[in-house]
Amino acid sequence: MAVAAPPAAAPAPVHVPAPPVHVEHAEAAPRWSGWDWLATVDHKKIGVLYLLTGFGFFLLGGFEALLIRTQLIKPLNTFLPPDIFNQMFTMHATTMIFLAIMPINVGLGNFIVPLMVGAADMAYPRLNAFSYWLFLFGGIFINLSFLMGGAPNTGWFSYSPLTQKAFSTTNGVDFWVIGLSVLGIASVAGAINFIVTILKLRAPGMTFNRMPLYTWMTLVVSFLIIFSFPSITVALILLLFDRLAGTHFFNPAGGGDPLLWQHLFWFFGHPEVYILILPSMGIVSEVLPIFSRKPIFGYSFIAYSGVAIGFLSFTVWAHHMFATGLGEFANGAFATGSFLIGVPTGVKIFNWIGTMWGGSIRYRTPMLFAVGFIAMFIIGGISGISLASPPVDFQQTDSYYVVAHIHYVLFGGAILGIFAGMYYWWPKIFGRFLDEGLGRLHFWGTMVGFNMAFFPMHWLGTEGMPRRIYTYFPNMGWDFWNAFSTTGAYILGLSVLVLVANIFISWRREQPPMPDNPWDAATLEWATSSPPPAHNFDAVPVVYSRYPLWEERHPVEGGAPQHGAAMAATSDSPVAHPEEAQEGGHAFHLPAPTIFPLIFAFGLLLVAFGLLFAPPILRVTFVITAVLYFAVAIYGWVKQVSE
Amino acid sequence: MHASRRRRSTTVLLPLALLALLIFAGCGISPQTTIDPRGPNARMIFDLFNLWIFWPAVVVFFGVEAALVWAAIRYRGRDGDPLPNQIHGNTPLEITWTIIPAVILIVILYFTFQTQAALANPPEDPNSVHVRVIGHQWWWEFQYPDLGVTTANELHIPSKVPVVVTLESADVIHSFWVPLIAGKQDVIPGRVNRLWLQADEDGTYFAQCAEFCGIEHALMRFLVVAQSQSAFNDWATGERRIQGFGSAALPTPVPGEPPSLVQQGATLFANGACITCHTVRGTQAAGKIGPELTHFGSRGSIAANTLQKQDPVNDPDGSKRFSLKRWLRNPQAVKPGNDMPNLNLSEADIDAISAYLESLK
Repeated sequence: MAVAAPPAAAPAPVHVPAPPVHVEHAEAAPRWSGWDWLATVDHKKIGVLYLLTGFGFFLLGGFEALLIRTQLIKPLNTFLPPDIFNQMFTMHATTMIFLAIMPINVGLGNFIVPLMVGAADMAYPRLNAFSYWLFLFGGIFINLSFLMGGAPNTGWFSYSPLTQKAFSTTNGVDFWVIGLSVLGIASVAGAINFIVTILKLRAPGMTFNRMPLYTWMTLVVSFLIIFSFPSITVALILLLFDRLAGTHFFNPAGGGDPLLWQHLFWFFGHPEVYILILPSMGIVSEVLPIFSRKPIFGYSFIAYSGVAIGFLSFTVWAHHMFATGLGEFANGAFATGSFLIGVPTGVKIFNWIGTMWGGSIRYRTPMLFAVGFIAMFIIGGISGISLASPPVDFQQTDSYYVVAHIHYVLFGGAILGIFAGMYYWWPKIFGRFLDEGLGRLHFWGTMVGFNMAFFPMHWLGTEGMPRRIYTYFPNMGWDFWNAFSTTGAYILGLSVLVLVANIFISWRREQPPMPDNPWDAATLEWATSSPPPAHNFDAVPVVYSRYPLWEERHPVEGGAPQHGAAMAATSDSPVAHPEEAQEGGHAFHLPAPTIFPLIFAFGLLLVAFGLLFAPPILRVTFVITAVLYFAVAIYGWVKQVSE
Repeated sequence: MHASRRRRSTTVLLPLALLALLIFAGCGISPQTTIDPRGPNARMIFDLFNLWIFWPAVVVFFGVEAALVWAAIRYRGRDGDPLPNQIHGNTPLEITWTIIPAVILIVILYFTFQTQAALANPPEDPNSVHVRVIGHQWWWEFQYPDLGVTTANELHIPSKVPVVVTLESADVIHSFWVPLIAGKQDVIPGRVNRLWLQADEDGTYFAQCAEFCGIEHALMRFLVVAQSQSAFNDWATGERRIQGFGSAALPTPVPGEPPSLVQQGATLFANGACITCHTVRGTQAAGKIGPELTHFGSRGSIAANTLQKQDPVNDPDGSKRFSLKRWLRNPQAVKPGNDMPNLNLSEADIDAISAYLESLK
């Protein structure tokens, strides 16, 4: 066999440029002005905007968490008044779920997925910009409630009738309802964009069976979003009617049903958990093979178990409602579904360990976080089993045990995965490395702080401490572990500051030009410059295997070109438009920047305020103004397309 | 080589030992624990958890984490190492590790169903007691329809017999949870949920609302007092007694004699804002918004177990009515957001009203 020598001979494999790829990039890293950002339709800039905004909200949500933990550091503490505490835990969860983890995942996906599948952009670049601006405005809108009469204080699950006007008299719940509706539009638009991009814009030769696992998981998540968000959207609008128009959909005082809210909410709420965690599972499935220097173990099992989790996630929602008195039969049925979903989850964990097994593991920061992800997600998975058993759930639900469980899934899982992805793709996105030493400090600080903060909560819940209580009494036996947990939370907070410092230092430090493929990775995003040019690839890549940049190691049987295979330009590609070739050899049509998605999204922000604050006498005027406004916005948007 | 390996094992073992020490150091058993069951309902749940979930989970946890740690340490490579064997998978192995978790989960599911069936209905018992529990923001009302008793925040039950509680809510969703005796069950407006509990022994058990129900969710606590059948019967008899002054609902002043503190308090109570919210059977007080106070003097705590009448520091035997006075001085300072406003009572009025309330045995 004429297999090329493995890159073992290279002196510093980390910096080996991808052997098969050689492209001349016509332009240097672009200089981006303010206007470019506001009018951009480039998936990479939009991805960066998502990442920055999401990270900002992550810091805000983390700060809220530290306030919560400070209040609970000792019994009968008076650091936060009860109502402020309730606002904090409501906004902590809302922020982390809708404004941090989801957007950061969308940001990474936005930047990486089109590159990974060899496309020039997302399928609908303007819709993509629209999604971002809507997310930004929705996030700002919800948080403005802090300054405008009080934030929502009914928990992120907002059970009715607590959310009815009679029990929640401030505007907080209205902000929450309208803000989440706006964010829902952004999420669904984004999901449709991902689905079309992945289904229609893959490079020639990239069959489903060769699609990177991160792309697979993004596809599954996008379908989960478009099937689950309608349920919460309906619930939110009905609740808005209850509050603003005096209907009784969820109000038992008027014949409504509070359990209807719970069904609609959790039919969205449980798939949402997988919307948050599956992208991280995809990231880990990319990072592990690269740093173990061998292919993923059981590609099909991982891909299909992701699909299985997606389907099953719609059969388990009522396990959040075991204690509502659904009856033995319904509880048994949903318990069965919940146990079942443990199987594909377990399969993934075994396959990840199998990927490391027999490898030659290089511990760069992305790999540390990936291994940390597996270690922590095992705990989150196991603690889920007891919650899936209705009798045990009767004791554990609504106790601190659940708080431990969700944080092992959503921090130990989703966020550690995101950190792995951040360190992994940072060189591609920004053309510079994050510092390894600080990365290690960030990793170990996170592991210590996270486990100190959340592991004792299993015990606190088992000892009967209910969740969402602003205080507790000193004779309950909960003092020590609460103080311990708060200490851990502070360490976790410090470790996030290390990450911030790392980003800042890497930003300011002189770095040599980034090679295309600094990690010796295998997928297409590493076949172009770092950061990539506006048009992504100078020629449409052609794919012959799952690992286009590793073809020397995994020669493709049946006549694929042996060298430089991945990057052959083809004139019959659906993406290429040779007739539009510009100077410098670009064969791509790039959509023109436009401000109209931003204008459209801003209009929805105005509508949100109008719903809450428009004086009755001006309502008709407002509606007419809004119709005219959107007509102009749509005209501008469409005109740009037809030009 | 050996030395370095030993050093590595101490660096792993030392933190583990430290962690174990910490766990045991902090292991005071809580009066609200779920793992020291004192009744058949909680015991069945604990047995299911302990035998079929916790210990198998411990085994799985250590097994899988050990495999991960082993792979992570054993397969460390260095820059310049040759490329490892490029394995893509192993289908029989992968099918095996799909089937094994499935089998384990089916076993747990079987015992789950078994426990569910056992929990579904209370054991047959002619002495079984029925309690109607009504959740309010942020206190508990307990009615005994068969005994003609209504009380609040302290649930008396006979021990060793099953007690069937039906759960209703006056406002928002709450959750009824007595961890030592039974798992929780939500209290949902517009619905009637059902739960049974049984205490093995006489005793006082801590309990607390478990579903977030608004600003004072944290202080919506209650006590379950399990007592012998005869003590329970005596208690119920006492609770049925109505209050008053002889045949009168209010004290009749004796000419030439100043009214006693209790009499002053009764008059203040009956003429003040108190009766719009509270009931004292036998008097004009028939308000339904706050807890029934007919036998307030026989209860040990105030405001849903927020304050103890016996303050270990300021009022060890409760005779100074320290906690009750603190409550009356400004309920909003003790339990911010609760429905009882600050009545701006004078210190003399507080003294009289608290004396009257404590006299309601």
